[in-house]
Amino acid sequence: MARLNVNGKTYDVDVGPDTPLLWAIRENIGLTGTKYGCGIAQCGACTVHIDGVATRSCSFPASAAEGKEIVTIEGLAANGALTKVQQAWINNDVPQCGYCQSGMIMAVTALLKEKPKPTDADIDREITNICRCGTYQQVRAAIHEAANA
Amino acid sequence: MNYMPKLDRRSFVVGSTAAGLSLGFHIPFPDEARAQATASEVNAWVVVHPDETVTIRVARSEMGQGTLTGLCQMVAEELECEWSKVKYEFPTPGQNVARKRVWGDFFTAGSRGIRTSEQIVRKGGAAARMMLIAAAANEWKVPAAECTAANGVITHTPSGRKTTFGKVAAAASKIDPPADIKLKDPKDWKIIGKGVRRLDTPDKVTGKAIYGIDVRLPGMLSAAIKAAPVFGAKLKSFDAAKVASMRGVKKVVPVEDNAVAVIADTWWNAKTALEALPVAWEASPNDKVSSASIADFLKAGLDAEQAFVGNQAGDVKAALAKAAKKVEAVYGYPYQHHVTMEPQNATVLYTPEKCEVWSSVQDGEQGLAATSEACGLPVAKCEFHKTFLGGGFGRRSTSVDYVRQAVLIAKEMPGTPVKLLWTREEDMTHGWYHPITQCKMTAGFDDKNSLTALHIRISGQSILASVAPGRMQNGMDPATFQGFVKGGAETAFGYDVPNLLIDHAMRNPHVPAGFWRGVNINQNAIYIESFMDELAKEAGVDPLEFRRKLMGPYPKHLAVLNAVAEKAGWGKPAPQGVYRGLAQMMAFGSYVAACAEVSVDGNKVKIHRIVGATDPGYAVNPAQIERQIAGSFVYGLTGLFYGECTVKDGAIEQTNFDSYDMMRIA
Ligand code: FES
Ligand code: FES
Repeated sequence: MARLNVNGKTYDVDVGPDTPLLWAIRENIGLTGTKYGCGIAQCGACTVHIDGVATRSCSFPASAAEGKEIVTIEGLAANGALTKVQQAWINNDVPQCGYCQSGMIMAVTALLKEKPKPTDADIDREITNICRCGTYQQVRAAIHEAANA
Repeated sequence: MNYMPKLDRRSFVVGSTAAGLSLGFHIPFPDEARAQATASEVNAWVVVHPDETVTIRVARSEMGQGTLTGLCQMVAEELECEWSKVKYEFPTPGQNVARKRVWGDFFTAGSRGIRTSEQIVRKGGAAARMMLIAAAANEWKVPAAECTAANGVITHTPSGRKTTFGKVAAAASKIDPPADIKLKDPKDWKIIGKGVRRLDTPDKVTGKAIYGIDVRLPGMLSAAIKAAPVFGAKLKSFDAAKVASMRGVKKVVPVEDNAVAVIADTWWNAKTALEALPVAWEASPNDKVSSASIADFLKAGLDAEQAFVGNQAGDVKAALAKAAKKVEAVYGYPYQHHVTMEPQNATVLYTPEKCEVWSSVQDGEQGLAATSEACGLPVAKCEFHKTFLGGGFGRRSTSVDYVRQAVLIAKEMPGTPVKLLWTREEDMTHGWYHPITQCKMTAGFDDKNSLTALHIRISGQSILASVAPGRMQNGMDPATFQGFVKGGAETAFGYDVPNLLIDHAMRNPHVPAGFWRGVNINQNAIYIESFMDELAKEAGVDPLEFRRKLMGPYPKHLAVLNAVAEKAGWGKPAPQGVYRGLAQMMAFGSYVAACAEVSVDGNKVKIHRIVGATDPGYAVNPAQIERQIAGSFVYGLTGLFYGECTVKDGAIEQTNFDSYDMMRIA
């Protein structure tokens, strides 16, 4: 059992002590915007915010997230208004298959909180998510647009 | 393992009955809720709602390539609706069967989504427009010829009266479809040819888009699977009792003769139990196969007597014998994995009366056929719901082994929906890999330094032999020669060499081969274009000039090559330490060329810039084409720098991104 605060709501989820947060979010809570890509913290598809920090939830036990504020892709536009990152993603038509993009957007959102005007070098260093469709050029353009919005 | 549904697309037409197909319970797709009750289906493609929104139905799969938006653009163009009011929907293959394949083909591969359905979808849009206009004309009691439609508004030109699609849609849906449909002149196109934004983006930035992995049904269980690591090996035994009491476990089942699955309340619990499950595999003749043994097997084919001929001119043997100078090179291209970001999965609800599947596939009809074959119910008692695909790249085109497995597992739990999801590790080690080949090229120059002879000998694996042996031609796999064939509208060779022989010594190792983004163009382009550079160097001629001399009869190939050379500044010096190379190829009806600028620092290659050009025929959505080209460079560079899958003890060695990296943003 773990008590999780996700997107401002409290959920009591019936998981084992080792169940990764990703699966608690997807299976027990039923929010499927956060994706599974590798399960070993390599691809970033599962990125969520834990107390504002971009975290690869496939490799973070749900039990360790108790008492923390978890935000998923569904929580970004919780009040119905898209964030400037989501809007920049739409303006640049970033997603192709879209599967990696929840994690990409969560990673970028956290980056912009820390570094409101990231340089290309910052982006190169901080955004390490895998996009198999190869949307990187649009991702970069959209990050700069969001930073300047 | 080498699984192909026996029912092909054509047998649908012949063998299926339209009776009794209901949608059953299913996942509401975007806008489907709104498409209920008050909406009017004008025809199979167009549903008009009272609020003037228009739902366009698209049969092809959307896996990132943008076909969904492009096809909607074509329907909307002829329909004359307002683009901002367009929504989309995927019809099911079961509905297609029931409606005599009104949407045509669902197959989404080979760059065919747009080019082979443009006629049918444009006609669908045009017919709907004619029916809407006819309904308005009936109401006004005027000749339809006096009415026009634009932006969803119908105008009776002489009187200036106006109505909207939403108001006449219900009446239009009762009108007989027109027999004679005239399509718009391309010069009048307003939406086709525009780089409009994708229709699926909003749902893909909010986490709302539903992929196969996201399907959730009431009371659903989840399954994790492990198939024999060695291709062709069989399951010997497993000890279900050892995991029976583990958290959430419901059942442990063998799947066919080569795999075992654990069914549990959640996938995480299923996977955890599967990892703890003792499993033994039978010994297999493939247990000792390695990358080295495969390389030896292929190497022998480079000089073998017997080979299939794909392209031929003059007399290569004689020309090489009397050449003033000969150049020879041997290249190789390894196994590569598709790595769709979404691992393979399918969700199935089986009862003895009906079998329904939700999954990410590139061909919904093939998914339906696989379902029917696996569950034993006729097609009319099966239904298949396509979701978005988290990548396809060919993996989900001809090989839907995961659908078959999921159906067999769900059959063990009648009445309970079960979702099968592969781990990334299962996915990496049970793919349908880019085929492995080697290539020996021999060229002959005369004493004036002109290229007079070229022999390209491919040795290695055939994709068709692996996924569709029925499509081979007298034992030959014509697809092997993609980019190397003489003429034609698909993959024509772009060089004119007086004495030419391109042949294939087929050597099929036990690792399953499949269609991988670009298929056989990938290695054939690397072979010929790298060799062209070697030949140019040997001849002491600039690589662009060397190619141009051979490309006279192929102006379209040449045009894209010239375009990249010019844009890249070929002929002007590159920055200090930066080197340029260029290449061209024709693939799937498009002419492509690229010029890369790279520098090398120790064993690190830095790519500074790639200039690309393509002539794809008419560009329905240029912005999406640009993204596809950019994405394909990323895909290709991953292939080049990280993509090799190696074989040890009969199995693929790479298991996840820690041993199989991808290009990232930097
Ligand atoms: S799924 Fe968590 S990093 Fe890949
Ligand atoms: S958009 Fe497909 S993996 Fe990134």
